[in-house]
Amino acid sequence: MRTEALLAAALLAVAACAPHRLPAAEEEGGKFGADWESWRAETNVSDLSSVQRGARNFVSYCLGCHSLKYERWSRLGADLKIPGELLGKELLPPAAKATGYILTGMPAADAEAWFGKTPPDLSLMVRARGKDYIYQFLTTFYVDPTRPTGANNLRLPTTAMPDVLSELEGLKAAVFSTEAHPGGASEQVFDHFEPVAPGRVSLAEYDGFVRDTVNFLDYVSEPTQLERRQLGVWVVLFLLLFTWLAWLVKREYWKDVH
Amino acid sequence: MTVKTATGTAAPMPKSGARAGQGFWAWLNKRMPVDQFLASQVTEYYAPKNFNVWYFFGSLALVVLVLQLVTGIFLTMFYKPGEATAFDSVQFIMREVDFGWLIRYLHSSGASFFFIVVYLHMFRAFLYGSYKAPRELLWLVGMLVYLALMAEAFMGYVLPWGNMSFWGAQVIINLFGTIPGIGPDLVLWIRGDYGIADATLNRFFSLHVAAVPLALLGLVALHLVALHEVGSNNPDGVEIKDKVGADGKPLDGIPFHPYYTVKDFVGIAVLLVLLAIVVFFVPNLGGLFLEAPNYEPANPVSTPADITPVWYFTPYYAMLRAVPDQRLGALLLLLGVMAFLFVPWLDRSPVKSMRYRGWMSRSALAIFVVSFVGLGYLGMQPALGIYVVIARILAVLYFLYFLLMPFYTRLDPVKPVPERVTYHAH
Amino acid sequence: MADHAGVAGGDEVDLSRRKFLTRATIATGAVGAVFAAIPFIESWSPSERARAEGAPVEFDLSKLEPGQMALPVWRRQPIFVVRRTPDMVKRIAGHDGELKDPGSKDSVQPPYASNELRSRTPEFLVLIAICTHLGCLPKQRFDAGELSPSWPGGFWCPCHGSRFDLAGRVFDGSPASINLRVPPYSYPKEHLLLIGADEKGVAG
Repeated sequence: MRTEALLAAALLAVAACAPHRLPAAEEEGGKFGADWESWRAETNVSDLSSVQRGARNFVSYCLGCHSLKYERWSRLGADLKIPGELLGKELLPPAAKATGYILTGMPAADAEAWFGKTPPDLSLMVRARGKDYIYQFLTTFYVDPTRPTGANNLRLPTTAMPDVLSELEGLKAAVFSTEAHPGGASEQVFDHFEPVAPGRVSLAEYDGFVRDTVNFLDYVSEPTQLERRQLGVWVVLFLLLFTWLAWLVKREYWKDVH
Repeated sequence: MTVKTATGTAAPMPKSGARAGQGFWAWLNKRMPVDQFLASQVTEYYAPKNFNVWYFFGSLALVVLVLQLVTGIFLTMFYKPGEATAFDSVQFIMREVDFGWLIRYLHSSGASFFFIVVYLHMFRAFLYGSYKAPRELLWLVGMLVYLALMAEAFMGYVLPWGNMSFWGAQVIINLFGTIPGIGPDLVLWIRGDYGIADATLNRFFSLHVAAVPLALLGLVALHLVALHEVGSNNPDGVEIKDKVGADGKPLDGIPFHPYYTVKDFVGIAVLLVLLAIVVFFVPNLGGLFLEAPNYEPANPVSTPADITPVWYFTPYYAMLRAVPDQRLGALLLLLGVMAFLFVPWLDRSPVKSMRYRGWMSRSALAIFVVSFVGLGYLGMQPALGIYVVIARILAVLYFLYFLLMPFYTRLDPVKPVPERVTYHAH
Repeated sequence: MADHAGVAGGDEVDLSRRKFLTRATIATGAVGAVFAAIPFIESWSPSERARAEGAPVEFDLSKLEPGQMALPVWRRQPIFVVRRTPDMVKRIAGHDGELKDPGSKDSVQPPYASNELRSRTPEFLVLIAICTHLGCLPKQRFDAGELSPSWPGGFWCPCHGSRFDLAGRVFDGSPASINLRVPPYSYPKEHLLLIGADEKGVAG
């Protein structure tokens, strides 16, 4: 309870310090988003409650189409300290086995038919693209009637993925400005987002939602990473001790050499 | 207890003589010259006493070799070569094998550490003229080790079957296609298919885990045999064998054991600290040791945005890209690697060590290092605009270092070399 | 200063300090080597995949006719599931004198299977189908007199001739010295056998 309160306070503080994702700016109808390429996920994979929320987000919003084919439900439960009954009740789909991998229920053939391609497995997405990439991807969807899905994305233009999170975030339109190049050519350059319809949650809440999800995907990309760092501290300390001893021995023996 | 040590011997050492009389040790020595071998190669193998920090890297390379062998043997127990299984089996190792992640990171980081150590080891040879007579063969064998290491590293990089593995293999194998006449057929033969495929992966696996390591071990053994025959060079480039005492032992030499064993252990310990920091805290090292696109499975219809080899190949890769001609680029890459082989005969300086060479050799070496490191940096950047221009300039400087070596080393105003090594006890 | 060799005894050298430091370093290095060996040794233990595949196995008992046997696999081991008829149950009694371990004192089974019938219920027998001698798969010889005139029915191992009765108890004169092992099992629902888990949880 206390950690969650602290987290909320921290989130608010971060939001206040970082104007580029300040919801107030949007609510006042001001411009925002031109600097989207500098948005950072700023997540911390050792923040267990954030990763747990991310797991819940993933199951509710992503698992319909995306798998985590290298991660087992049981591993997820153990690493995220989710007890077996809770895992079965809250996260595990009805037909899934706890020892099985986290696989989407959507058949690949249907996916091909609906989206033109199979939605990618997300087990390694953070390692392949980086967490900022995913954060930017999930925050730069905009309405685009020319696309079959009705949505487009700044991070991954012409993405086949529909704006499934617009239910939460709301819809936004992208405003482009025309930049003239010498020689008569011109280019459409993204300028800012404008809200079209509000979502179920505030923009700050949506931002936290995306960060938790990215944080969870960071964990999934390397489930052993916390163990790795913890073990590393001891290994390095031990090796430093050994280095010191070895140096003392060397100094002792080399007293012979003149 | 405080005593004065006897001249020429280290005080607390297990004496082989004490064990020679009876028991198992004597039984063994009658049948196999263990004591004799240890004495001639370790306890009475005399090394110059003035080694500095540059002389750590030979033994460190040996340590990394052992690390790679052990971790490689264990990875082979879990890795499954094959188009359909390779990528998944690496993830299996990373996630489902107990401590598999550690063994894999040790191996992937070990590869980079191998090249760091070997490059520094090679630089030491340039610094102190260690390739000069009578160590030409030692140098040549060492260069063969380097070549085998490059083959080993390249094929090992293909095994995880990520998208960078795939496209790296594609680019490097296509280099063989530039060989006039047989090129295209040769490429087909190496791949064993019309593209990089299952057949390619499986033969690379076999070569990576068996053939090349065997060759490497043999070459390293030859390297050590040649070294122990001629003895180590040193920062002064003075031959310690030229000045022997009444007992026939070099005046400036000290027994390798215990003096250099205890010293090398300090180096090994420092190496392990650095390795542990990488393995446990930054195993990707910002994409230098493990590249992000390799976390996507091999995809023959999607090239990663930037195809760059791992850092240790980038100097040669930059040379390749600097030339606007396919065949010439490949030739330049080949020459860039092979140039090292000729150094013992290109260097005409009467002295070995940079300490006693003049400004010409010193500047040439400095320019060479700048060109090598610069090319290495440029090899990781996109081949665009100013980068290509700089790469061309640096490639010219790189080859001028070798081509002009016979001239500047002869004209170089050298300083007199001392009779004995310089050493100040600490 | 000695006139030859770089090694000389100019300084006072503290040999005991040298010996102590050498030993301390070697000891620390040995500890480090042991720690370094742990990951490599551990990597051979069953992987998470093996452990997941070793999860408890369900078996539908309604498919089994009286007197029949099924051979499901749990943790890569074949399991005998036998639906004993009342006649088969009767044939388990009366030959305790010919058995090596009639009371299953030295044999391996969960407490609920250490009774004479070596099972939770008289009807169903659940055994690990691996001969306790050297690991072969015993064959079913359920009919009385099938192996010898006095044979009460049971299992016979083709590799080295070990014989077991219809409760998996080993006969005298067999090379095997303990009864066939019983895995942990339970009946979570009617007609459902769960091999590998019981009230105490999943087998370790």
